Amino acid sequence: MSYRAVGLGSTLRRNILASRNASVTGRVLVRTLAPRRLIQTESVTESASRDILNAQRLKRPSSPHFTIYQPQLTWIGSIANRITGSALSVLLYGFSLAYLISPAFGMPFDSAAVISLVHDLPGWVKLTGKALLAAPFTFHSFNGLRHLAWDSGKFLTLKGAYSSGYAVLGATAVSTIALILI
Amino acid sequence: MSLLRSSVLPLANVSRAFSTTTARKLAVAAEKPVLIKEFKIYRWNPDEPSKKPTLQSYQVDLNQCGPMVLDALIKIKNEADPTLTFRRSCREGICGSCAMNINGQNTLACLCRIERDTPKETRIYPLPHMYIVKDLVPDMTQFYKQYKSIKPFLQSEPPAQGEHLQSPAERRKLDGLYECILCACCSTSCPSYWWNQDEYLGPATLMQAYRWMADSRDTHKAERKAQLQNELSLYRCHTIFNCSRTCPKGLNPAEAIAKIKLDLAAE
Repeated sequence: MSYRAVGLGSTLRRNILASRNASVTGRVLVRTLAPRRLIQTESVTESASRDILNAQRLKRPSSPHFTIYQPQLTWIGSIANRITGSALSVLLYGFSLAYLISPAFGMPFDSAAVISLVHDLPGWVKLTGKALLAAPFTFHSFNGLRHLAWDSGKFLTLKGAYSSGYAVLGATAVSTIALILI
Repeated sequence: MSLLRSSVLPLANVSRAFSTTTARKLAVAAEKPVLIKEFKIYRWNPDEPSKKPTLQSYQVDLNQCGPMVLDALIKIKNEADPTLTFRRSCREGICGSCAMNINGQNTLACLCRIERDTPKETRIYPLPHMYIVKDLVPDMTQFYKQYKSIKPFLQSEPPAQGEHLQSPAERRKLDGLYECILCACCSTSCPSYWWNQDEYLGPATLMQAYRWMADSRDTHKAERKAQLQNELSLYRCHTIFNCSRTCPKGLNPAEAIAKIKLDLAAE
């Protein structure tokens, strides 16, 4: 290890030289044995040094990100907006395609069949199903309004972002419960 | 307090004058109790590139250490482990060197107080989703390249004859923009920047882009706008607000980006 690199070189030399028992000849000896530079440097051409740097760069790790970042309303809300949006679109397209295709396979998918299917389900399944549909739908809708407000220049402070975020969460909770009770 | 002072001051004078045994005893500062806090710090050594990055634990006595996280890092480097590597310079939040992720939030180590509740450890990582040079030192090449790409300087044609004047109202538009120290806390807190660092410019660079677009003296607004008028440079911003939440200088990059969007939409 290079003492110079960690800044211990001068202290070390001073301590060796100040040793009380060292004779005059000993001091000279120590001085020659503790040279100023303990590391060797080597000059390389610019292209060679770039190659060394690039070889190092290939091995560099990328620092951790969402796994270590503090959960905050800002980015958790944003990712929730994406997830609910994707889920709702998948549901819409899935439902529409199923409606379109199912008669060809002889499966009943008209309104009467769906109503009778849901009617026969146990109560807790109905409630959970309603909650699972209502919560993403209301959250995504209200957060969409929040984005519209932002894009027209409103709530563009940190305080605005947070209060509108909590407003969206509150509105989502209230309207989800209302939709479950219908 | 005043009672204490009046009883201490004469004694101090006595000790200066006579240096009696009693005065000497009183002059010894009361030993503070040991208050050990654990710091878990991200380590990766380029000399051993096959070894995966790890968290290394260090114990620091908070009563023998300055109040800020940077003080603890310097103490660890001085006394426990000289191989610990991090950037630091001004220790007063103006150089932006010591930007890192402390307890899950990007901030400057020199402006971040050590939490005194010792049962909880403090976790220190480098800025998120950056290539690591060593330990807490990320490779900032791409970040600086992006900053350079927006031409962060006044472009004024024809050049002003004499003083280039601004009205106080015009000057006020630059407040909250020019104070940025380019520490990259905001850019590396942005999930969009994590996923699209190669093309998306990121909050810090975009706020500086707006700083020059908002400058009444700059005559190259059209070019500056045209440069951002594509799918990735600007519009990868999804108004997440992580940037404004994390900025150690209390600036608001999200607002600046939204204003660029409004400017571009009005074209």
